[in-house]
Amino acid sequence: MAIGCAISMVAQRNPLYSAISLIGVFISLACLYVTLSAPFIAAVQVIVYAGAIMVLVVFVIMLLNIDQAECQPRRLRSLVPIAVGLAAVLFAEAAFMIFFVQASAATPAHTVSDVGLTSSIGTGLFTSYLLPFEITSILLLMAIVGAMSLARRGGLIPPQAQGGETGTSNPE
Amino acid sequence: MNMAPQLSWYLALSAVLFTIGVVGVLIKRNVISMFMCIELMLNAVNLTFVAFSSFFHDVSGQLFVFIVMTVAAAEAAVGLGIIIAIFRNRESLDVDDSSVMKL
Repeated sequence: MAIGCAISMVAQRNPLYSAISLIGVFISLACLYVTLSAPFIAAVQVIVYAGAIMVLVVFVIMLLNIDQAECQPRRLRSLVPIAVGLAAVLFAEAAFMIFFVQASAATPAHTVSDVGLTSSIGTGLFTSYLLPFEITSILLLMAIVGAMSLARRGGLIPPQAQGGETGTSNPE
Repeated sequence: MNMAPQLSWYLALSAVLFTIGVVGVLIKRNVISMFMCIELMLNAVNLTFVAFSSFFHDVSGQLFVFIVMTVAAAEAAVGLGIIIAIFRNRESLDVDDSSVMKL
Protein backbone atom coordinates (compact mmCIF):
# COMPACT_ATOMS: atom_id res chain seq x y z
CA MET A 1 0.00 0.00 0.00
CA ALA A 2 2.87 2.34 0.80
CA ILE A 3 4.54 1.60 -2.53
CA GLY A 4 1.29 2.08 -4.41
CA CYS A 5 0.64 5.43 -2.77
CA ALA A 6 4.21 6.52 -3.42
CA ILE A 7 4.03 5.61 -7.12
CA SER A 8 0.70 7.40 -7.32
CA MET A 9 2.32 10.42 -5.70
CA VAL A 10 5.02 10.62 -8.33
CA ALA A 11 2.65 9.84 -11.17
CA GLN A 12 0.04 12.46 -10.31
CA ARG A 13 0.40 15.70 -12.16
CA ASN A 14 -1.78 17.76 -9.88
CA PRO A 15 0.16 18.53 -6.69
CA LEU A 16 -2.98 18.28 -4.55
CA TYR A 17 -3.62 14.65 -5.51
CA SER A 18 0.07 14.04 -5.01
CA ALA A 19 -0.20 15.44 -1.48
CA ILE A 20 -3.15 13.19 -0.70
CA SER A 21 -1.20 10.17 -1.91
CA LEU A 22 1.68 11.25 0.31
CA ILE A 23 -0.70 11.26 3.28
CA GLY A 24 -1.52 7.65 2.37
CA VAL A 25 2.18 6.83 2.44
CA PHE A 26 2.53 8.42 5.89
CA ILE A 27 -0.44 6.55 7.32
CA SER A 28 0.75 3.20 6.01
CA LEU A 29 4.23 3.90 7.38
CA ALA A 30 2.63 4.62 10.76
CA CYS A 31 0.92 1.22 10.59
CA LEU A 32 4.31 -0.35 9.86
CA TYR A 33 5.76 1.40 12.91
CA VAL A 34 3.04 -0.13 15.05
CA THR A 35 3.92 -3.57 13.75
CA LEU A 36 7.55 -2.80 14.56
CA SER A 37 6.51 -2.23 18.21
CA ALA A 38 7.18 1.50 18.08
CA PRO A 39 3.84 3.05 19.07
CA PHE A 40 5.31 6.39 20.11
CA ILE A 41 7.00 6.93 16.76
CA ALA A 42 3.78 5.88 15.02
CA ALA A 43 1.78 8.46 16.95
CA VAL A 44 4.35 11.16 16.26
CA GLN A 45 4.35 10.18 12.60
CA VAL A 46 0.59 10.63 12.34
CA ILE A 47 0.53 13.86 14.33
CA VAL A 48 3.57 15.61 12.88
CA TYR A 49 3.70 14.35 9.31
CA ALA A 50 0.13 13.53 8.40
CA GLY A 51 -1.12 16.36 10.57
CA ALA A 52 1.12 19.38 10.68
CA ILE A 53 3.38 19.12 7.67
CA MET A 54 0.72 18.00 5.23
CA VAL A 55 -1.67 20.70 6.41
CA LEU A 56 1.07 23.20 5.66
CA VAL A 57 1.72 21.69 2.25
CA VAL A 58 -1.94 21.50 1.27
CA PHE A 59 -2.47 25.05 2.49
CA VAL A 60 0.38 26.33 0.37
CA ILE A 61 -0.84 24.35 -2.65
CA MET A 62 -4.30 25.86 -2.33
CA LEU A 63 -2.84 29.30 -1.68
CA LEU A 64 -0.65 29.23 -4.75
CA ASN A 65 -3.02 27.31 -6.98
CA ILE A 66 -2.40 28.32 -10.55
CA ASP A 67 -3.44 26.48 -13.66
CA GLN A 68 -0.20 24.85 -14.48
CA ALA A 69 -1.16 21.43 -13.23
CA GLU A 70 -1.58 20.13 -16.76
CA CYS A 71 1.59 21.84 -17.93
CA GLN A 72 3.70 19.29 -19.72
CA PRO A 73 7.43 19.50 -19.33
CA ARG A 74 8.62 21.64 -22.19
CA ARG A 75 12.19 20.53 -22.38
CA LEU A 76 14.33 17.96 -20.64
CA ARG A 77 11.67 15.44 -21.60
CA SER A 78 14.33 13.14 -23.00
CA LEU A 79 16.12 13.11 -19.67
CA VAL A 80 13.33 11.25 -17.87
CA PRO A 81 14.56 7.76 -18.92
CA ILE A 82 18.04 8.77 -17.75
CA ALA A 83 16.58 9.76 -14.38
CA VAL A 84 14.75 6.46 -14.09
CA GLY A 85 17.93 4.63 -15.05
CA LEU A 86 19.94 6.43 -12.40
CA ALA A 87 17.25 5.59 -9.84
CA ALA A 88 17.42 1.94 -10.93
CA VAL A 89 21.17 1.99 -10.33
CA LEU A 90 20.58 3.46 -6.87
CA PHE A 91 18.01 0.80 -6.05
CA ALA A 92 20.36 -1.92 -7.29
CA GLU A 93 23.04 -0.63 -4.96
CA ALA A 94 20.62 -0.60 -2.04
CA ALA A 95 19.43 -4.14 -2.81
CA PHE A 96 23.01 -5.34 -3.07
CA MET A 97 23.79 -3.83 0.32
CA ILE A 98 20.70 -5.40 1.87
CA PHE A 99 21.46 -8.89 0.67
CA PHE A 100 25.15 -8.52 1.42
CA VAL A 101 24.35 -7.63 5.02
CA GLN A 102 21.81 -10.39 5.24
CA ALA A 103 24.32 -12.93 3.99
CA SER A 104 27.10 -11.75 6.27
CA ALA A 105 25.44 -11.32 9.64
CA ALA A 106 22.60 -13.24 11.16
CA THR A 107 19.92 -10.72 11.96
CA PRO A 108 18.24 -11.33 15.29
CA ALA A 109 14.67 -12.37 15.42
CA HIS A 110 12.05 -9.78 16.06
CA THR A 111 10.72 -10.11 19.57
CA VAL A 112 8.56 -7.83 21.61
CA SER A 113 10.45 -5.58 23.98
CA ASP A 114 9.99 -2.27 25.71
CA VAL A 115 12.24 -0.39 23.28
CA GLY A 116 9.51 1.51 21.51
CA LEU A 117 7.62 2.69 24.55
CA THR A 118 7.35 6.31 25.42
CA SER A 119 9.12 5.99 28.75
CA SER A 120 12.25 4.42 27.31
CA ILE A 121 12.35 7.01 24.53
CA GLY A 122 12.02 9.82 27.05
CA THR A 123 14.71 8.35 29.27
CA GLY A 124 17.13 8.05 26.40
CA LEU A 125 16.26 11.48 25.09
CA PHE A 126 17.00 13.26 28.35
CA THR A 127 20.04 11.30 29.50
CA SER A 128 22.41 10.14 26.80
CA TYR A 129 21.03 12.29 23.98
CA LEU A 130 20.61 15.55 25.84
CA LEU A 131 22.93 17.56 23.62
CA PRO A 132 21.19 16.60 20.32
CA PHE A 133 17.90 17.41 22.01
CA GLU A 134 19.09 20.91 22.89
CA ILE A 135 20.56 21.40 19.42
CA THR A 136 17.18 20.40 18.00
CA SER A 137 15.45 22.99 20.12
CA ILE A 138 17.87 25.65 18.89
CA LEU A 139 17.16 24.51 15.34
CA LEU A 140 13.43 24.87 15.90
CA LEU A 141 13.95 28.38 17.24
CA MET A 142 15.99 29.26 14.15
CA ALA A 143 13.24 27.83 11.94
CA ILE A 144 10.60 29.92 13.70
CA VAL A 145 12.62 33.10 13.29
CA GLY A 146 13.44 32.29 9.66
CA ALA A 147 9.85 31.50 8.73
CA MET A 148 8.61 34.69 10.38
CA SER A 149 11.16 36.86 8.64
CA LEU A 150 10.39 35.18 5.32
CA ALA A 151 6.64 35.44 5.60
CA ARG A 152 6.44 38.90 7.13
CA ARG A 153 6.27 41.02 4.01
CA GLY A 154 8.26 41.63 0.89
CA GLY A 155 9.49 38.08 0.62
CA LEU A 156 13.15 37.45 0.00
CA ILE A 157 13.97 41.09 -0.70
CA PRO A 158 12.44 43.42 1.86
CA PRO A 159 11.64 46.97 0.76
CA GLN A 160 14.11 48.45 3.23
CA ALA A 161 16.98 46.67 1.52
CA GLN A 162 15.99 48.01 -1.89
CA GLY A 163 15.64 51.51 -0.44
CA GLY A 164 19.00 51.12 1.22
CA GLU A 165 20.61 50.19 -2.08
CA THR A 166 19.24 53.24 -3.84
CA GLY A 167 20.24 55.33 -0.85
CA THR A 168 23.83 54.17 -0.99
CA SER A 169 24.02 54.68 -4.73
CA ASN A 170 23.41 58.39 -4.28
CA PRO A 171 26.69 60.26 -3.74
CA GLU A 172 26.58 62.66 -0.89
CA MET B 1 7.09 -21.11 5.25
CA ASN B 2 8.08 -18.60 7.85
CA MET B 3 5.85 -15.58 7.54
CA ALA B 4 7.30 -13.58 10.41
CA PRO B 5 8.45 -10.19 9.17
CA GLN B 6 12.11 -10.15 8.34
CA LEU B 7 14.41 -7.19 8.63
CA SER B 8 15.19 -7.29 4.93
CA TRP B 9 11.55 -6.73 4.05
CA TYR B 10 11.52 -3.40 5.81
CA LEU B 11 14.85 -2.47 4.29
CA ALA B 12 13.59 -3.37 0.82
CA LEU B 13 10.45 -1.29 1.30
CA SER B 14 12.59 1.58 2.52
CA ALA B 15 14.85 1.29 -0.52
CA VAL B 16 11.85 1.28 -2.83
CA LEU B 17 10.36 4.36 -1.18
CA PHE B 18 13.70 6.18 -1.28
CA THR B 19 14.12 5.35 -4.96
CA ILE B 20 10.63 6.61 -5.72
CA GLY B 21 11.49 9.83 -3.91
CA VAL B 22 14.68 10.20 -5.95
CA VAL B 23 12.74 9.65 -9.17
CA GLY B 24 10.21 12.25 -8.09
CA VAL B 25 12.88 14.83 -7.33
CA LEU B 26 14.54 14.15 -10.68
CA ILE B 27 11.48 14.25 -12.92
CA LYS B 28 9.16 16.67 -11.17
CA ARG B 29 8.93 20.28 -12.24
CA ASN B 30 6.77 21.73 -9.52
CA VAL B 31 8.62 22.98 -6.45
CA ILE B 32 5.98 21.66 -4.06
CA SER B 33 6.05 18.22 -5.66
CA MET B 34 9.83 18.08 -5.29
CA PHE B 35 9.36 19.16 -1.68
CA MET B 36 6.96 16.30 -1.02
CA CYS B 37 9.35 13.84 -2.66
CA ILE B 38 12.05 15.00 -0.25
CA GLU B 39 9.65 14.30 2.60
CA LEU B 40 9.13 10.82 1.16
CA MET B 41 12.88 10.19 1.17
CA LEU B 42 13.10 11.33 4.81
CA ASN B 43 10.33 8.88 5.67
CA ALA B 44 12.13 6.04 3.93
CA VAL B 45 15.19 6.67 6.08
CA ASN B 46 12.96 6.86 9.15
CA LEU B 47 11.57 3.43 8.32
CA THR B 48 15.11 2.07 8.17
CA PHE B 49 15.91 3.59 11.55
CA VAL B 50 12.81 2.18 13.21
CA ALA B 51 13.33 -1.26 11.67
CA PHE B 52 16.93 -1.49 12.90
CA SER B 53 15.96 -0.10 16.28
CA SER B 54 13.21 -2.65 16.69
CA PHE B 55 15.22 -5.62 15.49
CA PHE B 56 18.35 -4.80 17.48
CA HIS B 57 16.52 -3.65 20.63
CA ASP B 58 18.26 -0.30 20.72
CA VAL B 59 16.37 2.86 21.48
CA SER B 60 18.85 5.15 19.69
CA GLY B 61 17.24 4.63 16.29
CA GLN B 62 13.87 5.89 17.45
CA LEU B 63 15.50 8.92 19.06
CA PHE B 64 17.13 9.68 15.75
CA VAL B 65 13.76 9.30 14.06
CA PHE B 66 12.34 11.81 16.51
CA ILE B 67 15.12 14.28 15.70
CA VAL B 68 14.71 13.68 11.96
CA MET B 69 11.00 14.47 12.28
CA THR B 70 11.85 17.71 14.06
CA VAL B 71 14.28 18.65 11.32
CA ALA B 72 11.65 17.79 8.71
CA ALA B 73 9.10 20.02 10.40
CA ALA B 74 11.55 22.91 10.53
CA GLU B 75 12.47 22.29 6.91
CA ALA B 76 8.80 22.29 5.95
CA ALA B 77 8.15 25.63 7.62
CA VAL B 78 11.19 27.38 6.17
CA GLY B 79 10.89 25.70 2.76
CA LEU B 80 7.25 26.64 2.32
CA GLY B 81 8.08 30.19 3.39
CA ILE B 82 10.75 30.32 0.70
CA ILE B 83 8.31 28.86 -1.84
CA ILE B 84 5.75 31.55 -1.02
CA ALA B 85 8.42 34.24 -1.32
CA ILE B 86 9.57 32.89 -4.70
CA PHE B 87 5.98 32.73 -5.89
CA ARG B 88 5.41 36.34 -4.87
CA ASN B 89 8.43 37.44 -6.83
CA ARG B 90 8.12 35.26 -9.93
CA GLU B 91 4.45 34.22 -10.22
CA SER B 92 5.54 30.69 -10.99
CA LEU B 93 6.32 27.42 -9.27
CA ASP B 94 8.35 25.89 -12.08
CA VAL B 95 11.94 25.25 -11.15
CA ASP B 96 13.13 26.24 -14.61
CA ASP B 97 11.81 29.74 -14.05
CA SER B 98 13.78 29.98 -10.83
CA SER B 99 17.09 28.80 -12.20
CA VAL B 100 18.74 32.17 -11.76
CA MET B 101 18.91 33.97 -8.47
CA LYS B 102 18.57 37.53 -9.71
CA LEU B 103 15.16 38.83 -10.56
